[in-house]
Amino acid sequence: MTTQSLKWVAQRRLTFTFMLLGAVIVLFILVPLAKTIFSSSPSLLWATLLDREVLSSIWLTIYTALIATVVGLVFGVPLAYFLARHDFRGKRFVEALIDIPIVMPHTAAGIALLFVFGQKFLVGRAFHAIGIDFVLSVPGIVIAMLFVSVPFLIDSAKDGFGKVDQRLENVARTLGASPWQAFFRVSMPLAKGSIFGGSVMMWARGLSEFGAVLVLCSYPAIAPILVYTRLEEYGLRYALPVASILIIICVVVFVALRSLAYRRRKA
Amino acid sequence: MIEIRNLTVDLGSFLLRDVNLTVEKGEYFIILGPTGAGKTILLESIAGLYPIRSGQIWLEGREVTRLEPEKRGIGFVYQDYVLFPHLSVKDNLTFGLRQRRRPKEEVQRTAEWVGDLLGVNHLLERRPDTLSGGERQKVALARALSVSPQVLLLDEPLSALDPQTREGVQQELRRLHQRLQPTIIHVTHDFEEAIALGDRIAVLNEGRILQVGTPEEIFRQPNSEFVARFSLTRNIFAGDVRQGADESTLFAIDNTEFEVVTVLRGRLHASIRPEDILVSREPVVSSARNRLKGTIAAVADRGSTVNLTVSTPLDFVCLVTRRSFDEMDLQKGGEVYITFKASSVHVF
Repeated sequence: MTTQSLKWVAQRRLTFTFMLLGAVIVLFILVPLAKTIFSSSPSLLWATLLDREVLSSIWLTIYTALIATVVGLVFGVPLAYFLARHDFRGKRFVEALIDIPIVMPHTAAGIALLFVFGQKFLVGRAFHAIGIDFVLSVPGIVIAMLFVSVPFLIDSAKDGFGKVDQRLENVARTLGASPWQAFFRVSMPLAKGSIFGGSVMMWARGLSEFGAVLVLCSYPAIAPILVYTRLEEYGLRYALPVASILIIICVVVFVALRSLAYRRRKA
Repeated sequence: MIEIRNLTVDLGSFLLRDVNLTVEKGEYFIILGPTGAGKTILLESIAGLYPIRSGQIWLEGREVTRLEPEKRGIGFVYQDYVLFPHLSVKDNLTFGLRQRRRPKEEVQRTAEWVGDLLGVNHLLERRPDTLSGGERQKVALARALSVSPQVLLLDEPLSALDPQTREGVQQELRRLHQRLQPTIIHVTHDFEEAIALGDRIAVLNEGRILQVGTPEEIFRQPNSEFVARFSLTRNIFAGDVRQGADESTLFAIDNTEFEVVTVLRGRLHASIRPEDILVSREPVVSSARNRLKGTIAAVADRGSTVNLTVSTPLDFVCLVTRRSFDEMDLQKGGEVYITFKASSVHVF
């Protein structure tokens, strides 16, 4: 064999090895998902979907995650823009702090939130005075989701703003735009793909939250908690169809939103 | 009129130190300097994009040192165009007036007027990323003019363009200036561009102004190494380009004429590198279009080469090797012929 063909084989060998290793991890993700989806009969899935408890818990999960995402947009996008445009002492610290919810155990996150938003504590008391309680109530679900998922939005929006040439804002200013106009007419439109992508990630992460929500609000039960309580109380047979439905919903919504975000980023 | 008084700006790695400049109303003013001299910061400071540590900026008799950029009446054009990528050409052109909430028909009229002025009206529906470099720079100029600025700040507006396009946009700039008479501050590192366009030139290096004067003064008496490196290694003439007989183009300075290759006409400059001039004792027959008779007015020994100044009576600096110089037995006061190709002359 010539050295060239040896080299060819060696290169292929690397490609084949990596494909094989890669296939293992793809199957590791795919098989459990597929098996869960297909192990319940369509009629059972339909019946489960008509179960009032299941339906209301799915709806609860979707809209609480949505509220958390909106709150994240209102407070997170300005922060992301600020971080992308300014250097200051302690910036690295702030950036690291924002990402901590991603790496900490979410049950611990729930307890940390309880310590601030519980009725015995200052912030919790203040909100209680205006009629908002965070324990065993919908606002509790929202803040738990917000806490663990907002880093995804902030990081993505920050990257998006970072890619917007600051000189575009400079030109906008010289053309007569106020800083607000420059932000809303130039920076925001140019970063909207990243902001949208980050929102999708944040919303999806909120949907799937379990630990932090469990600590603050086990009832009304969001869908992940419903799956868990059914498994604990009635066993696998009853938990399975609910899990199947959740996976189907997640796959459909996530694929749809991702392709939308991808198209926007390309446009 | 723009007045800059004792301006100091400190951005860490870049700074301006004690800059003083006065630019007259309607003047085409060039700031010439190498990369990293602080030219862009000076322009952005005039536009109000940086906090100023000390000093003052006055525009048309009004102090604007702390005024927001949107209230200064300034048009800004960057080297790499910086068009809004998410907007069509038309929306780029109307951006300023729309932010100012001007009536629809005024916005429309102005867009058409500036589009027409720069010949970009056929591009209105296009996106910036589908345009060529020259088209983008014209759109950027049109956009800056759309808000009728008193002052136009141009940051290396020709540097990103290829040579042919550059010549076109350069003529466009000159035409615009003659027609609208805005005060222009144009920043560049290109010596010939500076001489071609500037009414006056300021030389900036390491955040300081080294020299201010007419192009003539700058290239005749350079006081900075940066400028001297250009002006002393070229023969630079100011003269008139006109049509000669048999489709030739002539460059005329006083009583001397030589042939050049250019499409430009009018009051211009020409440069010839000393090494592109052939020196001979007898007239030589060659394809080179230009042959002038003169006397050696000065001899400067540079070691292995010799710089001759040949007076025709126009002074040409010519470079010959030491060997040629010895073999031809050249001396100060001796008569020689100089020959150079029309295409060796750069007209700008």
